Amino acid sequence: MGGSPVADRVLEPGADESDPSAGPDSSPEHPLMVLTGVSKIYGVGEIAVHALREVDFKLELGDYLAIIGSSGSGKSTLMNIIGCLDQPTHGSYWLDGIDVGSLDDYELSYIRNRQIGLIFQSFNLIPRTTVARNVELPLIYARLPKAERRERARAAIEAVGLGNRGSHVPSELSGGQQQRAAIARAIVTEPAIILADEPTGNLDTASTRDVLEIFFRLNAAGRTIVMITHEPDVAAHAKRVIQVADGQIVADMRQAPVAGPPPAPESVSPEHLQVAHT
Amino acid sequence: MSIFESVRMAVHGVLANRLRSFLTLLGISIGVASVIILVAVGRGSASAVQKQIEGLGTNLLTIQAGGGGFGRRASSSIRFTFMTTKDVKALQDKTAAPDIKSATPVVSASSVTASRDVATVTPDTVAGTTPSYQEARKADISEGTFITAADVTGHARVVVIGTTISQDLFGSSDPIGQTIKLNGANYTVEGLLKSKGSNGFQDQDSIVLLPLTTAQDFLVGHSGQLNQILVVATSPGTVDAAESEATAILTPNHSNSDGSAAFSVLNQASLLQTTSASTHTFTVLLAAVAAISLFVGGIGVMNIMLVSVTERTREIGIRKAIGARKADVLGQFMTEAGLLSVLGGIAGVAAGFVGGQFKIVGVQPVIQAYSVALALGVGVAVGLFFGIYPANRAASLRPIDALHYE
Repeated sequence: MGGSPVADRVLEPGADESDPSAGPDSSPEHPLMVLTGVSKIYGVGEIAVHALREVDFKLELGDYLAIIGSSGSGKSTLMNIIGCLDQPTHGSYWLDGIDVGSLDDYELSYIRNRQIGLIFQSFNLIPRTTVARNVELPLIYARLPKAERRERARAAIEAVGLGNRGSHVPSELSGGQQQRAAIARAIVTEPAIILADEPTGNLDTASTRDVLEIFFRLNAAGRTIVMITHEPDVAAHAKRVIQVADGQIVADMRQAPVAGPPPAPESVSPEHLQVAHT
Repeated sequence: MSIFESVRMAVHGVLANRLRSFLTLLGISIGVASVIILVAVGRGSASAVQKQIEGLGTNLLTIQAGGGGFGRRASSSIRFTFMTTKDVKALQDKTAAPDIKSATPVVSASSVTASRDVATVTPDTVAGTTPSYQEARKADISEGTFITAADVTGHARVVVIGTTISQDLFGSSDPIGQTIKLNGANYTVEGLLKSKGSNGFQDQDSIVLLPLTTAQDFLVGHSGQLNQILVVATSPGTVDAAESEATAILTPNHSNSDGSAAFSVLNQASLLQTTSASTHTFTVLLAAVAAISLFVGGIGVMNIMLVSVTERTREIGIRKAIGARKADVLGQFMTEAGLLSVLGGIAGVAAGFVGGQFKIVGVQPVIQAYSVALALGVGVAVGLFFGIYPANRAASLRPIDALHYE
C-alpha cells in the first residue's frame, strides 16, 4: 500500500488525526471539502433523472454541517457522493486536497476507510457479530496490528458510552445503542469527516438526544461532521445548515462560527462543555 | 487483511448458517468418500481375482485339445485330436522337458449324480485324476487323504469330496469312511478338501475327485481321451520354458493340417496379466462415476455461495462502505468456499476410511493412498473453482448498490 501516492497522501496524519484536541485548522484557504458543479443524472434521454444539478459548496475543517431537504430532494445522492460511495456524473469533488474523481477502486476503498466515517439511518451493523468486532472491522481493513485494533476499538466504544456492551451482538441492543455502536465504528479510524445519513431517523427522543450529544462532543473536540436530516430541530444543532431542493442548494445558513463550539443541545450541561474543551 | 482474519470471517460465515453449511459440506464429502471407496472396491476386487488365480498356481499350464487360441483358425484346417495318457508320459520325460515338474491327466464326467440315502446332489465338477493333481490345483486336504498312487493302479472305489458336497450329503457329520453313490454305484469317501470358495464363476467346493482309472472304468469309459493335462513348471520363472517344451512335445502328434498346434495351452501367469488389465479398467470406470459426484458437490458449493452472496449483499455493502477492498471481499468469500470444501474433503476422507472397512458386494475394499490424495485435492480444487464466481460477484458489487439492496 506504500507504493500508491494517493495512499501516502491519505496516510499522512492530518492535524485532526494526530491530535484532535489541538483544535481545528479552519483556515478558509484550505477547505476540507470542495464540490464544484457536481451533477448526478440517473438514466439517459427522456427518462433521465437529475438528482443533483450543478452543486457547489465548500466545507471547512471542524465544521458541523446539516444538509436538510425533503425526500427526493437529492440530499441522499449528495451524501453518497460525499461518502465516496457513488461518483458524480459531472463536476469535481476534492476531499482533503485529493480529486476523488481520479481515484481507482483500490484508492476509493482507502478513502472510505481512513477519511470518512459513515453512519446510517438503519445503523448497518454486521449481524451476528459483536459490537467490539463491528467497531474493529474498519481497522482490520486498515491492516492494523491486533493489539492496537483492540485498544482503539475499546476506546471508541468507551467514547460513545457503550463500555460494557462490547461483547453483545447488535440484536441484543436497543436502536439507540446500535446507533452508538455504529458511531464508534465510524470514529475508530479517526476519519477527517463523519458522515451521518439520517442518524436519528429510526430513534426515539431520548436516543436522538444521546446521538446529538455525542456529535456535539466530537465536533467540539474538532471533528468535522456532515449530517443529513429532515428534522429541523436536529439540524438546529449544526453550525451550518444547507437546504437542498430539486437537486440544488436553495439555502445556506450559518448558525455558529466554524471556530467555536456548536450550538449546545439541551441535554449538554455547561460542565459537559467545560470537559469537552479542556 | 491477514489470512487469520480471512479465516476468522469465513468461519463466522460458515457457522452463521450451520445446516446449510453442513449440507454443502456433505455434497463434497460424499464425492470425496465415493471416489475413495469405489477406487478401493475396484482395487479390492482386482486383488481378490488375482489371489484366486494365484491360488490356482502361477506355475501352472493347462493343456486342452482343440483350438489353439480362441477361434482364430478356419474350421477347415482343424483336425480333431485329443490328449491321451501317452501325452502325459511324454510330458513327464525329464530329458525332453526339464522345466516340467509334473503332468497330471484329468478326465471330467458330466451330469453325475451323487447321493447318500435320500440326499442327492449334482456336483459342478466330477473328475478322475492322479495324486499330482493335489499340487497342480493346490487341492489341500482338511481331513483324510488325497487319492494315492495305489488307488490309481488298484482302480480303488474311493472319492475325495469338496465341502459343499460334504454339507449336502452329510450335513455336519464326518464324511470320512462313509459311503456315497455316484450314478448309483458305491464309493468310499477317502478325503475332504479344504474350502476354496467361489471363483466368481462356479463353486470350487462342489467337486468330487476319484482315481483316474476308476473314473475311466465307471464314468467316462476307456476311450483314453483326457479332458485336460495339468502341467506344473519347476518354478514360476520357468513357466514360459515349460510352455514351449510342452508345445514342442505335443505338436508332432496334435497338429492341424496347416501345421499349427491343435491344442491350447492356458498360462496362468498371462491370464493374471489379462485380468489385472481388465480390473484396472473397471477401477478407472468406478472412479469416473465417483468423480461425477465430486463435480456435483462442487456445484453445490457454488450454489450455496451464490445464495450466501445474495443474502449478504447488504453486509458486503457495509464492509465496502467502511473500507473493505475488492480483494478483501474476494478473499473472505474464497476462504469461505475453501473452508467448506476442505472440511467436506476431510469429512469425506474419514467417511471413505470408515466405509472402506466393510465388505461391499462381497469385495473387501483396499484403500489406495493415491485415491485419498487425489479425491481430497480434486474436492478442494473443485470447491474453490466453483467459489470463484460467487466470490467475484460479491467483490464486484458497488457499495452503493449493495447498501441499498433489500
